[in-house]
Amino acid sequence: MNKINAYWQKLRKQPLFLPILCLCLVLLFNVIKTPAFFNISIQNGVFYGYIIDIINRSSELVIMAVGMTLVAASSGGADISVGAVSAVAGGMCIFALGSDSVYHIPYLAGFLLAMLTGIACGAWNGFLVAKMKIQPMVATLILFTAGRGIAQLLTEGQILYVRVESYKRLGAFLPGVPLPTPVFVAAIVVILTTLMLRYTALGLYIEAVGINRRAGRLVGLNSSLIIFLTYTFCGLCSGIAGMIITSRVYSIDANNAGLNMELDAILAVALGGNSLGGGKFSLAGSVIGAITIQALTTSLYAMKVTADQLPIYKAIVVVIIVSLQSPELKKMLTGLRNRLALRERVA
Amino acid sequence: MRKIVSLLLGVALAAGMMTGCGSAAPASSAAPASSDSNAPAAPAASAAEEKGTIVVGYAQVGAESDWRTANTKSFQTTFVPENGYTLIFDDAQQKQENQIKAIRNFIAQEVDYIVLAPVVETGWETVLGEAKAAGIPVILSDRMIDVSDDTLYTCWVGGNFIKEGEDGVKWLNDYLKAQGRDNEDINVVMLQGTIGASAEIGRTEGVEKMLKENPHYKLLEKQTGEFTQTKGQEVMESFLKAYDDIDVVIAQNDNMAFGAIDAIKAVGKVPGKDVIIVSFDAVHAAFESMIAGDMNVSVECNPLHGPRVAEIIQKLEKGEAVEKIQYVDEKVYDQTNAEKELPNRLY
Repeated sequence: MNKINAYWQKLRKQPLFLPILCLCLVLLFNVIKTPAFFNISIQNGVFYGYIIDIINRSSELVIMAVGMTLVAASSGGADISVGAVSAVAGGMCIFALGSDSVYHIPYLAGFLLAMLTGIACGAWNGFLVAKMKIQPMVATLILFTAGRGIAQLLTEGQILYVRVESYKRLGAFLPGVPLPTPVFVAAIVVILTTLMLRYTALGLYIEAVGINRRAGRLVGLNSSLIIFLTYTFCGLCSGIAGMIITSRVYSIDANNAGLNMELDAILAVALGGNSLGGGKFSLAGSVIGAITIQALTTSLYAMKVTADQLPIYKAIVVVIIVSLQSPELKKMLTGLRNRLALRERVA
Repeated sequence: MRKIVSLLLGVALAAGMMTGCGSAAPASSAAPASSDSNAPAAPAASAAEEKGTIVVGYAQVGAESDWRTANTKSFQTTFVPENGYTLIFDDAQQKQENQIKAIRNFIAQEVDYIVLAPVVETGWETVLGEAKAAGIPVILSDRMIDVSDDTLYTCWVGGNFIKEGEDGVKWLNDYLKAQGRDNEDINVVMLQGTIGASAEIGRTEGVEKMLKENPHYKLLEKQTGEFTQTKGQEVMESFLKAYDDIDVVIAQNDNMAFGAIDAIKAVGKVPGKDVIIVSFDAVHAAFESMIAGDMNVSVECNPLHGPRVAEIIQKLEKGEAVEKIQYVDEKVYDQTNAEKELPNRLY
């Protein structure tokens, strides 16, 4: 018994304990309400089930959350332009590929163009935040509003469709592969970013700059460059997400592509137990946070919550998860426990 | 110190003025449609009046969608000098203050009629009061306004969303009868638009009223797809997992229907045959989908308000009374007549 208790105490101290617990709670609730929630079958040659839906649909958010985590860690702010940037990148790609039955330029060139667009947007944000020292929220507000305008200009205000069947593959399935492609893309982004942070000193630098920009400068780090790089990387992530978003619907709708995703991405970072004030961060936490958000949406659909009540349920769950992770609540609970223990001892 | 402050203030003021001009300049030249009708219209207005044409000022919302562009074109082709009109067109770029400015300009130019497609519902009392005082009748197009005094506008012209909803189910009744399935139980799911949008409220009401009239219909569930293809697909995926035998999908716009069609195809069912797709709006891409056999029917949301407004103006010219609320004619298109209609589609 004591051993289990000790193990539990150790588990509880794990940094990712709370985010994972929250995800499990959301999923567990489903077992009670929708017993078939965890069923996975093979239909049409591919895996099929609610769980597959969750990891498939959360892919874009996972990718954006990775970029957002680094931005939050290095600059203590959020990039609120990620949704708009994904629309610009997707719009640029489809604009270049054209709406005919053949691509105007090779697909790979279109993909690279989208990545470059994302990087350029990210570099612009990075320039404003790192060099001009504008507050991140204000600096990225520019592309938040202007980005959709740029995407509208590219598409001339219309929804552009891609008529080539292979364009759908990135957002659907590769032939012969039973898992949706976006899952692989998200996994690759997460793994590459983790490797980059672990096997170079970049992760440490980002944390150092995030905790104290000036101190980072004093120990010889080029703080501005590091912040600039995180924003550029965040732009690249938005570009990749934009490609998946447009591929899912094989079209670019400049008004709706990636709409409100910046909010979900910020929430994912917060749900992952990361501070939005900069400093130490956990990439895995953000990934779990992103999956939790999608799990919540899919669960509410599966539980047949009506559309007008959907936002209320989401809000309630988010409030619970965020307050579970708040250090103040932890302090209050510990205080309460100590007081009770004290009273017991006195009695 | 004071010197520096005043200097800074001066610079800020100058910068403010410059950005002011900067943003105003593209506003008048950005939309190509507005600039080429706007530029000649101003001098032409007074000249035209001498020739005895009716001068109409149209304060349009913007050019955010194909629907809106078709709406603009409808006015630009109806109110031409050959028909005895001069049109002064203003594109408000989604801003109410631009529309208020445009209406004040129309009053200053002493136009004969003002047509307003309001950006928002509220805040129109003052400027419409000015128009009323100047004796210029105001005709509302597309969206309604919320004013305490309804003599501020002469009448409203637009689509009847409730009737559209009813028409969709009426088509379904006829179709099922023709298929010999009118005595079967039919399972229906509905993809709603953005909750609270007038199109969503009207179409939901119309559809539900008609579904209730026939005991064979069973509305399994309704959920919002927020009028977008991505969400439509996501929600439909969830529906397909919850219910094995969906016979009919009612999607409150074409984009959500496209998403639903993809979701149905993904599970190996045939949209248009296994699952009947009822949609609304009837945009260009919907006709292509009907010709391909995926979509069964789309109920039109007619943007061509120009001719109806011209009719009203002719009545007013003769001194006749007009009805306060006027609906435009809206048709139902299905696979039988889609091919014939496609070349006539402007939007």
